[in-house]
Amino acid sequence: MIQIFLTIGVLIAVTILLALYRAALGPGVFNRTVAVNVIGTKTVVLLVLIGYYFERPLFFDLSLLYALLNFIGTLIFAKYLERGEIWSS
Amino acid sequence: MVELIGIIEGIVTLFLALGIFFMFTGAIGLLRFPDFYTRLHATGKCDTLGEVLIISGLLIYHLFVYSPGAELSVKLVPIKLLFLIAFIFLTNPTGTHALMKAGYTTGVKPWKLGEKRQ
Amino acid sequence: MTNDKGGKWFGFLLTFVVMYLFWILLSGIFDALHLGAGLICCAIVAFISHDLFVKDGGLETGKFFRLLKYIPWELWQIVLANLDVAYRVLHPKMPIDPRVIEFETTLRSDFALVTLANSITLTPGTITIIVDPEIGKFWVHAVAKAPGDALLVDKTMQTKVAEVYNEL
Repeated sequence: MIQIFLTIGVLIAVTILLALYRAALGPGVFNRTVAVNVIGTKTVVLLVLIGYYFERPLFFDLSLLYALLNFIGTLIFAKYLERGEIWSS
Repeated sequence: MVELIGIIEGIVTLFLALGIFFMFTGAIGLLRFPDFYTRLHATGKCDTLGEVLIISGLLIYHLFVYSPGAELSVKLVPIKLLFLIAFIFLTNPTGTHALMKAGYTTGVKPWKLGEKRQ
Repeated sequence: MTNDKGGKWFGFLLTFVVMYLFWILLSGIFDALHLGAGLICCAIVAFISHDLFVKDGGLETGKFFRLLKYIPWELWQIVLANLDVAYRVLHPKMPIDPRVIEFETTLRSDFALVTLANSITLTPGTITIIVDPEIGKFWVHAVAKAPGDALLVDKTMQTKVAEVYNEL
């Protein structure tokens, strides 16, 4: 069972490489933002898998925290791209 | 009880395999689609479901292998994972919508049938 | 006006109880240091954001149960949506025909508009672009003709959400 977790983890890393290709290539800043959001989402799943593979319960809290940070980061970036500033004075 | 462990392993493997299939579909859609808006379609929907399936599989694994006869802080982990699933269901579509709104109001042109790739 | 002060204390208490339960859930340890620190932190947070769960001094339970009944239908739509996107991605010819459509609804409150926008994003082939809260107008990007028609002509999702929030 643990070997299946390792295989799934390696496959998720392969999908992160595919998204990285779009982050390097995509014309303009919007495609790159989408790719970074996707990489952040897959990192959350990878953290939970590593928590079960190495049998350390610390990684579940880390994945919760990183899901929050990824969401807030994407929202702030979208707001900046739309208006040109974050807080309107 | 030995057959029960075999069935549980089969169910968990099925959930994990479905989840990784949807994640691959999302990543391939990110590469194949010709336009910013359609790429958001592929990743916003497929990534959410793939993640939820993988974490649900791990939750079932935890309930049957680690929970029986352990201390309280180990027994409380499935509720944390359920909260993570609910959080992902609420926030991934919101992030997708925010990015799409930023793209539309800034003036990224949508792709119509028959044009060149962007 | 007379109901306002009672509503504020009720909101404070409900937010405090929910946050304290969540604190205990995340730590799982029951000694004096953790419980005491949790008490102080939850009291400060609940004092600052006391209108998190309760708005205008009242709590409506009918809305909550109708929302619980709406969720299984939405989960089934999510599965259908993902099979649809997987078909469009993996097909060798990639049958997409994107377009932008717009329509109006009768929903006005914040909660209802957010639920409808989330549902449109999670269902086959559509994503919301802009929501106008004063007249209830939605701009939606559809990936082909069929999902856009399901939203524009049939209007199944709008009626279901309006049923949940009693704003038909």
